[in-house]
Amino acid sequence: MSDPVPEPVLVLDGVHKSFGATAALTSGGITVEAGSIHALVGENGAGKSTMVKIVAGVHRRDGGVFRFQGEDVDFASTADAKAAGIAVIYQEPTLFPDLSVAENLFMGRQPYKSGRRIDRAAMYERAEMLFQRLGVRLDPRRLARGLSIADQQIIEIAKAISLDAALLVMDEPTAALSGVEVDRLFAVARGLRDEGRALVFISHRFEEIFALCDTVTVFRDGAYVATQPIAETNRGEIVAQMVGRDVEELFPKVPAPIGDTVLRVEDLNSTGAFHDVSFEVRAGEIVGIAGLVGAGRSEIARAVFGVDGYDSGSVHLNGRAVPMRDPRASIKAGMAFVPEDRRLQGLVTDGSIARNIASVIRRGLVKAGLLTSRAELRAADAWAARLQVKTHALDMPATTMSGGNQQKVVLAKWLSTEPSLLIVDEPTRGIDVGTKAEVHRLLSDLAGQGIAILMISSELAEVLGMADRVLVVSEGRITADIDREQATPEAVMRAATQLHHAEAGE
Amino acid sequence: MKHAIANLLRTRELAVALVLIAAVVLTALKSESFVFSADGWRNLLVTPSMLMILAVGQAAVIITRNVDLSVGSVLGLTAYMTGRIFIEAPGTPIIVVVLAAIGLGAVLGLVNGVVVAVAKVPALVITLGTLYIYRGVFLTWAGSDRINASDLPDDFLALGNKQIASVPVLSAVALLVLIAVGYYMYYSRGGREMYAIGSDPDAARLYGLPVTRRVISAFVLSGALAGLAGVVYAARYGTVSSGAGLGIELEAVGAAVIGGVAIFGGSGTVWGAAIGAALLVTINRALPVVGISDFWQRAVVGALILAAIVLDRVLALHRERRLSIERDTRSTA
Repeated sequence: MSDPVPEPVLVLDGVHKSFGATAALTSGGITVEAGSIHALVGENGAGKSTMVKIVAGVHRRDGGVFRFQGEDVDFASTADAKAAGIAVIYQEPTLFPDLSVAENLFMGRQPYKSGRRIDRAAMYERAEMLFQRLGVRLDPRRLARGLSIADQQIIEIAKAISLDAALLVMDEPTAALSGVEVDRLFAVARGLRDEGRALVFISHRFEEIFALCDTVTVFRDGAYVATQPIAETNRGEIVAQMVGRDVEELFPKVPAPIGDTVLRVEDLNSTGAFHDVSFEVRAGEIVGIAGLVGAGRSEIARAVFGVDGYDSGSVHLNGRAVPMRDPRASIKAGMAFVPEDRRLQGLVTDGSIARNIASVIRRGLVKAGLLTSRAELRAADAWAARLQVKTHALDMPATTMSGGNQQKVVLAKWLSTEPSLLIVDEPTRGIDVGTKAEVHRLLSDLAGQGIAILMISSELAEVLGMADRVLVVSEGRITADIDREQATPEAVMRAATQLHHAEAGE
Repeated sequence: MKHAIANLLRTRELAVALVLIAAVVLTALKSESFVFSADGWRNLLVTPSMLMILAVGQAAVIITRNVDLSVGSVLGLTAYMTGRIFIEAPGTPIIVVVLAAIGLGAVLGLVNGVVVAVAKVPALVITLGTLYIYRGVFLTWAGSDRINASDLPDDFLALGNKQIASVPVLSAVALLVLIAVGYYMYYSRGGREMYAIGSDPDAARLYGLPVTRRVISAFVLSGALAGLAGVVYAARYGTVSSGAGLGIELEAVGAAVIGGVAIFGGSGTVWGAAIGAALLVTINRALPVVGISDFWQRAVVGALILAAIVLDRVLALHRERRLSIERDTRSTA
């Protein structure tokens, strides 16, 4: 029974997973050997996190091969995956804020002393040892509430390491860490590799991938593209594999005459979010903001609109200063903002469609202090027709609509204020391809009517196809301002993965 | 000095205990017999025991970010059942009756827990529903009937007043419950997981904690303790009419909040809830003694709850500011 080739720790092949009508993963695959650190790369939305969640037992795959340590598995819960020997560091830390750091590390497997009592002293001691190994100073007794993102991430890492798992998956663990902390993490990761464990490392930073990993698998549009030894490839090739599609055809932006400057942002700073942000958007222009998740794109948009404050800098709309942290004044001045998560931020999903569209212009509809449903319906009708919202009746609740139509309702809601600047954050996330094109045509039309549009998108193809100009944000700074003609996927990705540690460390 | 006071206030249990002691001392100054008489001493200890038992169960539920509004109805129903058993089957050992009441309470709690955990509807709504349903069952069962002291065996009624080494039996029962649940919440994995679930339910699921099971356990505990409280009610008051336990669920929630159990779960202790219950009951009894009218008695209870919430908020803001300053200085260092 001697097997010359040891069975890989993790094998996924042809894995697919859909959420409602959206296919998050169409054909995901990866093969991870013991004693190796395997990089998983791809654009935002390529399906990496979905696959991680399938491996972790958060989601169940719809189909495809999933083998762990030589056996077919199908985890029904995160507890199952954990018990099998899989540790996962998620992109967002998942801590219990009201409990101590040590309890967060050992929840569910706390050391006992006699009488099955939790041994807190032993727990603190073990936590100290873990932190020592990671080379960080954290008090295991303090509550997790109020910890910085970096510290939270370190606790996640310590937690995963202490699980003693055969497979450790790290979904962008370094996003919030400083250079020293990253080095420490890498040392620990190499130590685990040398013990014969398998590691999957997801990152957008090529420097880190080349420094740490031995193999790389590329995903694109929810599907497996290629796997190569890191030594036999280079950054250019990986980027090409990540992007690899014809961009122009998908999202045609009709050229519109570019007018005067509508939005002028100067030297905007917000501690911990973004720094020295300056840019302009002119009438009829679509400016795309590209960058990785967490780079600070949404934070900039929210500050410009006035949802969040900022420490210094100024925002001018049509030459007039827009006060800070006052969305109402921003709307009055002519701004509209379609936020990233329309269910959370833009749409009262339980309210009727008409009410949603009319909610922003309520003040104008009110007669003698009363707002009638008729007035709402009348005002909503015009906009719904203009945007071709497909719905049976405007008095239906907004939840009954598809994602694309929900997005149109949110747009209609804002367009009814007749803005001169429209900020859209991820306008087509979770929308099927057909409606996507409609939303794009709509944005293009609006630009043609002279509205200035600031569009944040994680989809490179969308940014490149739609935007007249692309601003690339990396770690809270604008690292590139690229015209449509020069905007190639490679140029944008390079700017988006650019590091600032050198400057920030001064 | 200022720091010491702030630290003291941060252990809510101690702060509330001090208020309780102050209330007792002030009342005793006005009327000595409030404490220094056989009856006064006994009442001081016995009266809070029923609410304490309820508050301990309620605290466990609230810590998991839920709430159990049905406990008043469960208490009424089990109190009535206690009397009914003594009428239908005279000579039933008291311990059997107690276990039956706890069992019925646990079943009713199980219903709450299963519906909350499976239907994924907020516990506030579910237990508001079962509050009426359980009360309805009680009314249908009892009709215009009521349990009188004469229906109950003497040795059962004696429990209400009996003392062992000047500690009333019912108070000892409440204390035992408190110690057992307090121990569980502090020392066992199950208890800590309840805190984790209340602190962030989504994270708890992602972490792989048995969320459904723990939430159901909390409701079963609350129901069982409400059943025990029903027996205490019958023993203490001797009569059980259809109004038994009406509205006491809100007192239990209030006691937990006053005692420092965060209404959004994840923090606080059953000790705090129990001391909060003692404070609520004692203040209610003390105010008439010092000559304060009915209206103000209610208002004082309300003020206590509001004060507790405002204090929590102020301390939380204070802590947040301190932490963010700490973070900034660390990152620039």
